[in-house]
Amino acid sequence: MSELYNGIIKRDLKLAFRQKSELMQPLMFLLIVVTLFPLGIGPGPDTLQRIGPGVIWIAAILSSLLGMERLFRDDFADGSLEQMQLSGLPLYQIALCKIVTHWLISFMPLLMLSPLLALFLNLTLSMYLALIVTLLLGTPIISLIGAIAVGLTTGLQRGSLLLALLLIPVFIPLLIFATSAVESAAMQLPYGPQIAIIAAIMLLALALSPFAVSYALKVSQN
Amino acid sequence: MQFESLNAFLNMGGYALYVWLSFGVTFLSMGVLALQTKVESKVLLQKVLKEQQRRQRIKLARQKKPAYSNMKSDS
Amino acid sequence: MWKWLHPYAKTEKAYQLCSSLSPWFWTGAIICLLIGTVWGLAFAPSDYQQGDSFRIIYIHVPAAILSMSTYVAMAVAALVGIVWQWRTAFMSMIALAPVGALMTFIALFTGAAWGKPMWGAWWVWDARLTSELILLFLYFGVMALYSAFDDKQQAGKAAGVMALVGVVNIPIIHYSVEWWNTLHQGATISKFDKPSIAPEMLWPLLINLLGFALFIGAVTVVRLQNEIVRRELHRPWVQQLACSKLDANLEHNDAV
Repeated sequence: MSELYNGIIKRDLKLAFRQKSELMQPLMFLLIVVTLFPLGIGPGPDTLQRIGPGVIWIAAILSSLLGMERLFRDDFADGSLEQMQLSGLPLYQIALCKIVTHWLISFMPLLMLSPLLALFLNLTLSMYLALIVTLLLGTPIISLIGAIAVGLTTGLQRGSLLLALLLIPVFIPLLIFATSAVESAAMQLPYGPQIAIIAAIMLLALALSPFAVSYALKVSQN
Repeated sequence: MQFESLNAFLNMGGYALYVWLSFGVTFLSMGVLALQTKVESKVLLQKVLKEQQRRQRIKLARQKKPAYSNMKSDS
Repeated sequence: MWKWLHPYAKTEKAYQLCSSLSPWFWTGAIICLLIGTVWGLAFAPSDYQQGDSFRIIYIHVPAAILSMSTYVAMAVAALVGIVWQWRTAFMSMIALAPVGALMTFIALFTGAAWGKPMWGAWWVWDARLTSELILLFLYFGVMALYSAFDDKQQAGKAAGVMALVGVVNIPIIHYSVEWWNTLHQGATISKFDKPSIAPEMLWPLLINLLGFALFIGAVTVVRLQNEIVRRELHRPWVQQLACSKLDANLEHNDAV
Protein backbone atom coordinates (compact mmCIF):
# COMPACT_ATOMS: atom_id res chain seq x y z
CA MET A 1 0.00 0.00 0.00
CA SER A 2 2.70 2.49 0.94
CA GLU A 3 4.25 2.00 -2.49
CA LEU A 4 1.12 3.52 -3.96
CA TYR A 5 1.51 6.61 -1.83
CA ASN A 6 5.17 6.84 -2.73
CA GLY A 7 4.14 6.52 -6.35
CA ILE A 8 1.70 9.39 -6.13
CA ILE A 9 4.22 11.63 -4.40
CA LYS A 10 7.03 10.75 -6.81
CA ARG A 11 4.82 11.30 -9.84
CA ASP A 12 3.74 14.70 -8.62
CA LEU A 13 7.30 15.73 -7.85
CA LYS A 14 8.43 14.64 -11.28
CA LEU A 15 5.61 16.56 -12.94
CA ALA A 16 6.43 19.64 -10.93
CA PHE A 17 10.11 19.56 -11.85
CA ARG A 18 9.24 19.24 -15.52
CA GLN A 19 7.39 22.54 -15.38
CA LYS A 20 10.25 24.56 -13.98
CA SER A 21 8.74 27.92 -14.81
CA GLU A 22 5.66 27.24 -12.73
CA LEU A 23 7.91 26.16 -9.92
CA MET A 24 10.05 29.29 -10.07
CA GLN A 25 7.43 31.97 -10.66
CA PRO A 26 6.00 32.10 -7.11
CA LEU A 27 9.53 32.31 -5.74
CA MET A 28 10.44 35.20 -8.00
CA PHE A 29 7.19 36.87 -6.99
CA LEU A 30 8.13 36.42 -3.33
CA LEU A 31 11.54 37.95 -3.89
CA ILE A 32 10.12 40.92 -5.78
CA VAL A 33 7.43 41.60 -3.19
CA VAL A 34 10.05 41.56 -0.42
CA THR A 35 12.16 43.97 -2.47
CA LEU A 36 9.23 46.36 -2.79
CA PHE A 37 8.91 46.92 0.94
CA PRO A 38 12.26 48.66 1.55
CA LEU A 39 11.61 50.74 -1.57
CA GLY A 40 8.18 51.76 -0.36
CA ILE A 41 8.81 52.21 3.33
CA GLY A 42 12.46 53.27 3.46
CA PRO A 43 15.74 51.43 3.82
CA GLY A 44 16.48 52.26 7.47
CA PRO A 45 17.91 49.09 9.06
CA ASP A 46 15.82 49.47 12.22
CA THR A 47 12.60 49.94 10.27
CA LEU A 48 13.36 46.90 8.15
CA GLN A 49 14.14 44.81 11.18
CA ARG A 50 10.85 45.82 12.77
CA ILE A 51 8.67 45.07 9.73
CA GLY A 52 10.84 42.19 8.44
CA PRO A 53 9.07 39.15 9.88
CA GLY A 54 5.68 40.48 8.85
CA VAL A 55 6.90 41.24 5.34
CA ILE A 56 8.35 37.77 4.87
CA TRP A 57 5.20 36.10 6.11
CA ILE A 58 2.84 38.25 4.04
CA ALA A 59 4.97 37.64 0.95
CA ALA A 60 5.02 33.91 1.67
CA ILE A 61 1.23 33.76 1.98
CA LEU A 62 0.66 35.82 -1.16
CA SER A 63 3.15 33.90 -3.26
CA SER A 64 1.77 30.57 -2.09
CA LEU A 65 -1.66 31.64 -3.36
CA LEU A 66 -0.21 32.00 -6.85
CA GLY A 67 0.76 28.36 -7.15
CA MET A 68 -2.02 26.99 -4.98
CA GLU A 69 -4.35 26.12 -7.84
CA ARG A 70 -1.78 23.66 -9.15
CA LEU A 71 -2.60 21.39 -6.21
CA PHE A 72 -5.53 19.72 -7.97
CA ARG A 73 -6.16 21.68 -11.16
CA ASP A 74 -4.15 19.63 -13.65
CA ASP A 75 -5.08 16.27 -12.19
CA PHE A 76 -8.69 17.34 -12.16
CA ALA A 77 -8.59 18.57 -15.74
CA ASP A 78 -6.94 15.50 -17.29
CA GLY A 79 -8.95 13.03 -15.23
CA SER A 80 -6.08 11.44 -13.35
CA LEU A 81 -7.71 12.42 -10.09
CA GLU A 82 -10.68 10.25 -10.94
CA GLN A 83 -8.33 7.43 -11.85
CA MET A 84 -6.66 7.73 -8.47
CA GLN A 85 -10.04 7.55 -6.78
CA LEU A 86 -10.77 4.35 -8.67
CA SER A 87 -7.51 2.83 -7.42
CA GLY A 88 -9.24 1.86 -4.20
CA LEU A 89 -7.26 4.15 -1.95
CA PRO A 90 -9.37 6.34 0.32
CA LEU A 91 -9.64 9.80 -1.16
CA TYR A 92 -8.50 11.52 2.01
CA GLN A 93 -5.19 9.67 1.91
CA ILE A 94 -4.66 10.67 -1.70
CA ALA A 95 -5.45 14.23 -0.67
CA LEU A 96 -2.86 14.02 2.10
CA CYS A 97 -0.23 12.81 -0.38
CA LYS A 98 -1.06 15.71 -2.66
CA ILE A 99 -0.78 18.15 0.22
CA VAL A 100 2.61 16.75 1.23
CA THR A 101 3.92 17.14 -2.32
CA HIS A 102 2.52 20.64 -2.56
CA TRP A 103 4.33 21.58 0.62
CA LEU A 104 7.59 20.07 -0.67
CA ILE A 105 7.30 21.87 -3.99
CA SER A 106 6.24 25.30 -2.86
CA PHE A 107 7.69 25.76 0.60
CA MET A 108 11.01 23.92 0.57
CA PRO A 109 12.42 26.44 -1.95
CA LEU A 110 11.06 29.22 0.23
CA LEU A 111 12.92 27.82 3.23
CA MET A 112 16.09 27.69 1.18
CA LEU A 113 15.55 31.26 0.06
CA SER A 114 14.87 32.50 3.60
CA PRO A 115 18.51 33.33 4.55
CA LEU A 116 18.62 35.76 1.66
CA LEU A 117 15.36 37.35 2.74
CA ALA A 118 16.66 37.62 6.30
CA LEU A 119 19.74 39.45 5.00
CA PHE A 120 17.60 41.78 2.89
CA LEU A 121 15.49 42.73 5.86
CA ASN A 122 18.33 42.92 8.36
CA LEU A 123 17.10 40.18 10.71
CA THR A 124 19.39 39.11 13.54
CA LEU A 125 20.41 35.48 13.96
CA SER A 126 17.97 34.78 16.81
CA MET A 127 15.16 36.33 14.77
CA TYR A 128 16.13 34.21 11.80
CA LEU A 129 16.04 31.03 13.88
CA ALA A 130 12.58 31.88 15.14
CA LEU A 131 11.51 32.67 11.59
CA ILE A 132 12.71 29.29 10.37
CA VAL A 133 10.81 27.48 13.11
CA THR A 134 7.60 29.39 12.36
CA LEU A 135 8.02 28.74 8.64
CA LEU A 136 8.59 25.03 9.23
CA LEU A 137 5.53 24.69 11.41
CA GLY A 138 3.34 27.30 9.77
CA THR A 139 3.65 26.69 6.05
CA PRO A 140 2.07 23.21 6.27
CA ILE A 141 -1.04 25.01 7.57
CA ILE A 142 -1.12 27.00 4.33
CA SER A 143 -0.97 23.81 2.27
CA LEU A 144 -3.50 21.97 4.42
CA ILE A 145 -6.17 24.67 4.55
CA GLY A 146 -5.42 25.85 1.05
CA ALA A 147 -6.12 22.36 -0.26
CA ILE A 148 -9.71 22.58 1.01
CA ALA A 149 -10.37 25.79 -0.89
CA VAL A 150 -8.59 24.49 -4.00
CA GLY A 151 -10.71 21.34 -3.83
CA LEU A 152 -13.83 23.47 -3.74
CA THR A 153 -12.91 25.84 -6.55
CA THR A 154 -11.14 23.40 -8.84
CA GLY A 155 -14.18 22.84 -11.02
CA LEU A 156 -14.60 26.54 -11.64
CA GLN A 157 -13.17 28.35 -14.62
CA ARG A 158 -11.85 31.44 -12.89
CA GLY A 159 -11.10 30.26 -9.41
CA SER A 160 -7.77 31.84 -8.56
CA LEU A 161 -8.96 35.24 -7.36
CA LEU A 162 -11.78 33.62 -5.45
CA LEU A 163 -9.20 31.37 -3.83
CA ALA A 164 -7.32 34.36 -2.45
CA LEU A 165 -10.56 35.86 -1.20
CA LEU A 166 -11.48 32.67 0.64
CA LEU A 167 -8.09 31.90 2.08
CA ILE A 168 -6.45 35.12 3.22
CA PRO A 169 -8.85 35.75 6.15
CA VAL A 170 -8.30 32.19 7.34
CA PHE A 171 -4.53 32.68 7.46
CA ILE A 172 -4.69 35.73 9.73
CA PRO A 173 -4.07 33.85 13.02
CA LEU A 174 -1.04 32.19 11.47
CA LEU A 175 0.36 35.56 10.45
CA ILE A 176 -0.25 37.02 13.89
CA PHE A 177 1.38 34.22 15.86
CA ALA A 178 4.30 33.78 13.49
CA THR A 179 5.25 37.45 13.44
CA SER A 180 4.81 37.79 17.17
CA ALA A 181 7.14 34.81 17.71
CA VAL A 182 9.84 36.49 15.63
CA GLU A 183 9.28 39.79 17.40
CA SER A 184 9.67 38.10 20.77
CA ALA A 185 12.90 36.58 19.52
CA ALA A 186 14.07 40.06 18.53
CA MET A 187 13.51 41.27 22.09
CA GLN A 188 15.26 38.20 23.55
CA LEU A 189 11.99 36.99 25.02
CA PRO A 190 10.87 33.34 25.02
CA TYR A 191 8.68 32.57 22.05
CA GLY A 192 7.61 29.05 23.05
CA PRO A 193 3.89 29.81 23.45
CA GLN A 194 3.50 31.19 19.93
CA ILE A 195 5.33 28.21 18.46
CA ALA A 196 3.15 25.86 20.51
CA ILE A 197 -0.01 27.52 19.24
CA ILE A 198 1.15 27.36 15.62
CA ALA A 199 1.96 23.68 16.11
CA ALA A 200 -1.47 23.10 17.63
CA ILE A 201 -3.20 24.78 14.68
CA MET A 202 -1.06 22.70 12.34
CA LEU A 203 -2.03 19.45 14.05
CA LEU A 204 -5.69 20.43 14.04
CA ALA A 205 -5.50 21.21 10.34
CA LEU A 206 -3.64 17.97 9.71
CA ALA A 207 -6.37 15.99 11.47
CA LEU A 208 -9.36 17.64 9.79
CA SER A 209 -8.24 18.93 6.43
CA PRO A 210 -7.79 15.63 4.49
CA PHE A 211 -11.42 14.72 5.14
CA ALA A 212 -12.63 18.17 4.18
CA VAL A 213 -10.53 18.02 1.02
CA SER A 214 -11.97 14.68 0.01
CA TYR A 215 -15.50 15.96 0.53
CA ALA A 216 -14.68 19.12 -1.40
CA LEU A 217 -13.30 17.11 -4.30
CA LYS A 218 -16.42 14.97 -4.39
CA VAL A 219 -18.53 18.13 -4.47
CA SER A 220 -16.53 19.56 -7.37
CA GLN A 221 -16.70 16.36 -9.34
CA ASN A 222 -20.39 16.03 -8.61
CA MET B 1 -37.86 60.99 29.69
CA GLN B 2 -34.18 61.78 30.06
CA PHE B 3 -34.21 64.99 28.04
CA GLU B 4 -35.86 68.29 28.94
CA SER B 5 -36.72 69.41 25.42
CA LEU B 6 -36.88 68.14 21.90
CA ASN B 7 -33.78 70.12 21.05
CA ALA B 8 -31.84 68.49 23.85
CA PHE B 9 -33.02 65.12 22.59
CA LEU B 10 -31.87 65.89 19.06
CA ASN B 11 -28.59 67.24 20.35
CA MET B 12 -27.84 64.03 22.30
CA GLY B 13 -25.55 65.80 24.74
CA GLY B 14 -23.26 66.97 21.94
CA TYR B 15 -22.95 63.57 20.29
CA ALA B 16 -25.77 64.15 17.81
CA LEU B 17 -23.73 63.38 14.70
CA TYR B 18 -22.47 60.01 15.90
CA VAL B 19 -25.66 58.78 17.51
CA TRP B 20 -28.02 59.80 14.72
CA LEU B 21 -25.60 58.71 12.04
CA SER B 22 -25.32 55.19 13.49
CA PHE B 23 -29.04 54.81 14.09
CA GLY B 24 -29.83 56.23 10.67
CA VAL B 25 -27.41 54.02 8.77
CA THR B 26 -28.47 50.95 10.75
CA PHE B 27 -32.17 51.25 10.11
CA LEU B 28 -31.70 52.48 6.55
CA SER B 29 -29.55 49.49 5.63
CA MET B 30 -31.90 47.09 7.38
CA GLY B 31 -34.80 48.63 5.50
CA VAL B 32 -32.99 48.34 2.20
CA LEU B 33 -32.24 44.66 2.74
CA ALA B 34 -35.83 43.93 3.81
CA LEU B 35 -37.22 45.83 0.83
CA GLN B 36 -34.86 44.11 -1.60
CA THR B 37 -35.92 40.74 -0.23
CA LYS B 38 -39.63 41.54 -0.56
CA VAL B 39 -39.25 42.92 -4.08
CA GLU B 40 -37.23 39.89 -5.09
CA SER B 41 -39.93 37.52 -3.87
CA LYS B 42 -42.55 39.36 -5.89
CA VAL B 43 -40.37 39.40 -9.01
CA LEU B 44 -39.71 35.68 -8.69
CA LEU B 45 -43.36 34.79 -8.35
CA GLN B 46 -44.21 36.93 -11.37
CA LYS B 47 -41.49 35.15 -13.29
CA VAL B 48 -43.05 31.79 -12.41
CA LEU B 49 -46.44 32.99 -13.56
CA LYS B 50 -45.14 34.41 -16.82
CA GLU B 51 -43.28 31.21 -17.55
CA GLN B 52 -46.45 29.26 -16.92
CA GLN B 53 -48.57 31.48 -19.15
CA ARG B 54 -46.00 31.24 -21.91
CA ARG B 55 -46.12 27.46 -21.74
CA GLN B 56 -49.89 27.48 -21.82
CA ARG B 57 -49.86 29.71 -24.88
CA ILE B 58 -47.47 27.33 -26.63
CA LYS B 59 -49.70 24.39 -25.69
CA LEU B 60 -52.79 26.14 -27.01
CA ALA B 61 -51.11 27.11 -30.25
CA ARG B 62 -50.02 23.54 -30.79
CA GLN B 63 -53.50 22.19 -30.16
CA LYS B 64 -55.02 24.63 -32.67
CA LYS B 65 -52.63 24.09 -35.56
CA PRO B 66 -50.75 20.90 -34.85
CA ALA B 67 -49.05 20.61 -38.25
CA TYR B 68 -47.87 24.19 -38.40
CA SER B 69 -46.52 24.31 -34.90
CA ASN B 70 -44.77 20.99 -35.29
CA MET B 71 -43.06 22.27 -38.39
CA LYS B 72 -42.06 25.38 -36.56
CA SER B 73 -40.64 23.57 -33.58
CA ASP B 74 -38.69 21.23 -35.83
CA SER B 75 -36.95 23.96 -37.74
CA MET C 1 -36.75 11.93 18.42
CA TRP C 2 -36.00 14.36 15.64
CA LYS C 3 -38.56 12.82 13.32
CA TRP C 4 -40.85 15.85 13.45
CA LEU C 5 -38.12 17.84 11.74
CA HIS C 6 -37.85 15.59 8.74
CA PRO C 7 -40.81 16.81 6.67
CA TYR C 8 -39.15 20.25 6.50
CA ALA C 9 -36.39 18.81 4.36
CA LYS C 10 -38.99 18.94 1.60
CA THR C 11 -39.13 22.30 -0.04
CA GLU C 12 -42.91 22.54 -0.10
CA LYS C 13 -43.26 21.95 3.64
CA ALA C 14 -40.43 24.34 4.37
CA TYR C 15 -42.11 27.00 2.25
CA GLN C 16 -45.35 26.59 4.17
CA LEU C 17 -43.53 26.79 7.48
CA CYS C 18 -41.86 30.01 6.32
CA SER C 19 -45.19 31.46 5.27
CA SER C 20 -46.72 30.81 8.65
CA LEU C 21 -43.69 32.09 10.58
CA SER C 22 -43.04 35.20 8.53
CA PRO C 23 -45.85 37.51 9.80
CA TRP C 24 -44.99 36.72 13.43
CA PHE C 25 -41.33 37.52 12.87
CA TRP C 26 -42.05 40.77 11.06
CA THR C 27 -44.53 42.14 13.61
CA GLY C 28 -42.36 40.99 16.52
CA ALA C 29 -39.26 42.56 14.98
CA ILE C 30 -40.95 45.90 14.32
CA ILE C 31 -42.54 46.08 17.77
CA CYS C 32 -39.35 45.12 19.62
CA LEU C 33 -37.13 47.42 17.59
CA LEU C 34 -39.53 50.33 18.11
CA ILE C 35 -39.81 49.82 21.86
CA GLY C 36 -36.14 49.09 22.37
CA THR C 37 -34.90 51.99 20.27
CA VAL C 38 -37.27 54.61 21.68
CA TRP C 39 -36.60 53.42 25.21
CA GLY C 40 -32.87 53.37 24.63
CA LEU C 41 -32.71 56.74 22.93
CA ALA C 42 -35.11 58.75 25.04
CA PHE C 43 -35.78 57.08 28.36
CA ALA C 44 -32.68 55.20 29.43
CA PRO C 45 -30.35 57.20 31.68
CA SER C 46 -27.15 58.47 30.09
CA ASP C 47 -23.81 56.97 31.01
CA TYR C 48 -21.86 58.86 33.65
CA GLN C 49 -18.60 58.62 31.68
CA GLN C 50 -19.62 58.64 28.05
CA GLY C 51 -22.68 60.82 28.20
CA ASP C 52 -25.24 60.23 25.50
CA SER C 53 -22.85 58.72 22.97
CA PHE C 54 -23.22 55.39 24.76
CA ARG C 55 -26.75 55.11 23.33
CA ILE C 56 -25.14 53.60 20.24
CA ILE C 57 -24.79 50.48 22.40
CA TYR C 58 -28.46 49.73 21.75
CA ILE C 59 -27.71 48.83 18.15
CA HIS C 60 -24.00 48.09 18.28
CA VAL C 61 -24.07 45.27 20.81
CA PRO C 62 -27.09 43.39 19.40
CA ALA C 63 -25.65 43.62 15.89
CA ALA C 64 -22.24 42.40 17.06
CA ILE C 65 -23.63 39.48 19.06
CA LEU C 66 -26.00 38.43 16.32
CA SER C 67 -23.42 38.74 13.55
CA MET C 68 -21.48 35.96 15.23
CA SER C 69 -24.49 33.83 16.10
CA THR C 70 -25.74 34.14 12.52
CA TYR C 71 -22.43 32.74 11.30
CA VAL C 72 -22.74 29.86 13.74
CA ALA C 73 -26.31 29.28 12.56
CA MET C 74 -25.01 29.19 8.99
CA ALA C 75 -22.42 26.61 9.96
CA VAL C 76 -25.03 24.50 11.75
CA ALA C 77 -27.23 24.63 8.67
CA ALA C 78 -24.26 23.62 6.53
CA LEU C 79 -23.48 20.71 8.83
CA VAL C 80 -27.09 19.53 8.75
CA GLY C 81 -27.04 19.79 4.99
CA ILE C 82 -23.82 17.85 4.62
CA VAL C 83 -24.68 15.12 7.12
CA TRP C 84 -28.34 14.51 6.24
CA GLN C 85 -28.26 15.75 2.63
CA TRP C 86 -30.97 18.31 3.16
CA ARG C 87 -31.35 20.72 0.29
CA THR C 88 -33.38 23.13 2.40
CA ALA C 89 -30.54 23.31 4.91
CA PHE C 90 -28.14 24.62 2.26
CA MET C 91 -30.80 27.01 1.05
CA SER C 92 -31.33 28.42 4.53
CA MET C 93 -27.59 28.72 4.96
CA ILE C 94 -27.32 30.91 1.91
CA ALA C 95 -30.43 32.83 2.95
CA LEU C 96 -28.72 33.67 6.24
CA ALA C 97 -25.47 34.90 4.71
CA PRO C 98 -26.49 38.39 3.49
CA VAL C 99 -28.38 39.13 6.70
CA GLY C 100 -25.37 38.11 8.77
CA ALA C 101 -23.11 40.24 6.61
CA LEU C 102 -25.46 43.19 7.14
CA MET C 103 -25.29 42.67 10.92
CA THR C 104 -21.51 42.60 10.73
CA PHE C 105 -21.50 45.79 8.69
CA ILE C 106 -23.80 47.49 11.22
CA ALA C 107 -21.58 46.39 14.09
CA LEU C 108 -18.54 47.79 12.28
CA PHE C 109 -20.18 51.05 11.29
CA THR C 110 -21.64 51.79 14.70
CA GLY C 111 -18.36 50.73 16.28
CA ALA C 112 -16.55 53.31 14.17
CA ALA C 113 -19.12 56.01 14.94
CA TRP C 114 -18.82 55.23 18.64
CA GLY C 115 -15.05 55.10 18.46
CA LYS C 116 -14.73 58.59 17.01
CA PRO C 117 -15.93 60.48 20.10
CA MET C 118 -14.47 57.94 22.55
CA TRP C 119 -11.05 57.16 21.07
CA GLY C 120 -10.72 60.14 18.77
CA ALA C 121 -10.49 58.14 15.56
CA TRP C 122 -13.02 56.54 13.25
CA TRP C 123 -11.06 53.37 13.06
CA VAL C 124 -8.93 51.88 15.80
CA TRP C 125 -7.36 48.45 15.47
CA ASP C 126 -9.23 47.32 18.51
CA ALA C 127 -9.37 43.55 18.94
CA ARG C 128 -13.13 43.25 18.68
CA LEU C 129 -13.46 45.59 15.71
CA THR C 130 -10.69 43.75 13.90
CA SER C 131 -12.17 40.32 14.41
CA GLU C 132 -15.53 41.70 13.34
CA LEU C 133 -13.89 42.94 10.13
CA ILE C 134 -12.42 39.49 9.50
CA LEU C 135 -15.86 38.01 10.11
CA LEU C 136 -17.19 40.28 7.37
CA PHE C 137 -14.51 38.90 5.03
CA LEU C 138 -15.57 35.36 5.91
CA TYR C 139 -19.18 36.20 5.05
CA PHE C 140 -18.06 37.69 1.74
CA GLY C 141 -16.03 34.55 1.02
CA VAL C 142 -19.01 32.26 1.55
CA MET C 143 -21.27 34.42 -0.61
CA ALA C 144 -18.66 34.78 -3.36
CA LEU C 145 -18.06 31.04 -3.46
CA TYR C 146 -21.80 30.40 -3.65
CA SER C 147 -22.32 32.80 -6.52
CA ALA C 148 -19.33 31.44 -8.45
CA PHE C 149 -21.07 28.13 -9.17
CA ASP C 150 -23.78 27.80 -11.79
CA ASP C 151 -25.12 24.59 -10.31
CA LYS C 152 -26.70 25.82 -7.11
CA GLN C 153 -26.85 22.38 -5.55
CA GLN C 154 -23.07 22.14 -5.84
CA ALA C 155 -22.72 25.77 -4.79
CA GLY C 156 -24.58 25.10 -1.56
CA LYS C 157 -22.31 22.23 -0.63
CA ALA C 158 -19.14 24.14 -1.47
CA ALA C 159 -20.23 27.23 0.46
CA GLY C 160 -21.21 24.93 3.32
CA VAL C 161 -17.70 23.50 3.56
CA MET C 162 -16.28 27.02 3.57
CA ALA C 163 -18.71 28.09 6.30
CA LEU C 164 -17.56 25.14 8.42
CA VAL C 165 -13.90 25.99 7.87
CA GLY C 166 -14.72 29.52 8.94
CA VAL C 167 -16.54 28.47 12.08
CA VAL C 168 -13.59 26.37 13.23
CA ASN C 169 -11.43 29.42 12.63
CA ILE C 170 -13.57 32.05 14.32
CA PRO C 171 -12.42 31.30 17.88
CA ILE C 172 -8.81 31.03 16.73
CA ILE C 173 -9.08 34.32 14.89
CA HIS C 174 -10.76 35.96 17.84
CA TYR C 175 -8.12 34.95 20.36
CA SER C 176 -5.24 35.63 18.02
CA VAL C 177 -6.49 39.14 17.34
CA GLU C 178 -7.01 39.74 21.03
CA TRP C 179 -3.46 38.65 21.76
CA TRP C 180 -2.08 40.70 18.89
CA ASN C 181 -3.95 43.68 20.22
CA THR C 182 -2.61 43.42 23.75
CA LEU C 183 0.90 43.05 22.37
CA HIS C 184 0.66 46.15 20.24
CA GLN C 185 -1.63 48.50 22.04
CA GLY C 186 -1.79 48.03 25.73
CA ALA C 187 -4.96 48.66 27.62
CA THR C 188 -6.29 51.77 25.94
CA ILE C 189 -9.83 50.54 25.97
CA SER C 190 -10.27 50.01 29.69
CA LYS C 191 -12.88 52.76 29.47
CA PHE C 192 -15.26 50.12 28.30
CA ASP C 193 -14.74 47.75 31.18
CA LYS C 194 -17.74 48.78 33.13
CA PRO C 195 -18.36 46.88 36.34
CA SER C 196 -21.94 46.09 35.44
CA ILE C 197 -24.74 47.61 33.49
CA ALA C 198 -27.65 49.24 35.27
CA PRO C 199 -30.95 47.42 34.81
CA GLU C 200 -32.71 50.43 33.29
CA MET C 201 -29.98 50.41 30.64
CA LEU C 202 -30.08 46.65 30.23
CA TRP C 203 -33.79 46.27 29.46
CA PRO C 204 -33.86 48.26 26.23
CA LEU C 205 -30.68 46.46 25.19
CA LEU C 206 -32.31 43.06 25.66
CA ILE C 207 -35.46 44.16 23.85
CA ASN C 208 -33.41 45.42 20.94
CA LEU C 209 -31.41 42.19 20.91
CA LEU C 210 -34.67 40.29 20.56
CA GLY C 211 -35.82 42.73 17.89
CA PHE C 212 -32.66 42.26 15.83
CA ALA C 213 -32.92 38.49 16.19
CA LEU C 214 -36.52 38.55 15.00
CA PHE C 215 -35.53 40.81 12.10
CA ILE C 216 -32.85 38.32 11.07
CA GLY C 217 -35.43 35.55 11.31
CA ALA C 218 -37.96 37.50 9.26
CA VAL C 219 -35.59 38.40 6.43
CA THR C 220 -34.06 34.92 6.39
CA VAL C 221 -37.46 33.27 6.15
CA VAL C 222 -38.45 35.38 3.14
CA ARG C 223 -35.05 34.86 1.51
CA LEU C 224 -35.39 31.13 2.04
CA GLN C 225 -38.75 31.24 0.27
CA ASN C 226 -37.14 33.14 -2.60
CA GLU C 227 -34.38 30.57 -2.79
CA ILE C 228 -36.90 27.72 -2.88
CA VAL C 229 -38.92 29.38 -5.63
CA ARG C 230 -35.80 30.12 -7.64
CA ARG C 231 -34.69 26.50 -7.57
CA GLU C 232 -38.09 24.90 -8.07
CA LEU C 233 -39.34 27.23 -10.75
CA HIS C 234 -41.08 24.50 -12.73
CA ARG C 235 -42.57 22.44 -9.97
CA PRO C 236 -46.40 22.38 -10.01
CA TRP C 237 -46.83 23.51 -6.43
CA VAL C 238 -44.72 26.61 -7.06
CA GLN C 239 -46.84 27.47 -10.07
CA GLN C 240 -50.06 27.06 -8.12
CA LEU C 241 -48.60 29.25 -5.44
CA ALA C 242 -47.66 31.95 -7.91
CA CYS C 243 -51.16 31.83 -9.35
CA SER C 244 -52.89 32.18 -6.01
CA LYS C 245 -50.58 34.96 -4.86
CA LEU C 246 -50.34 37.09 -7.95
CA ASP C 247 -53.25 36.26 -10.21
CA ALA C 248 -55.47 39.10 -9.09
CA ASN C 249 -52.58 41.49 -9.22
CA LEU C 250 -51.53 40.58 -12.74
CA GLU C 251 -55.04 40.62 -14.17
CA HIS C 252 -55.45 44.11 -12.88
CA ASN C 253 -52.28 45.16 -14.66
CA ASP C 254 -53.44 43.59 -17.90
CA ALA C 255 -56.75 45.44 -17.76
CA VAL C 256 -54.93 48.74 -17.46
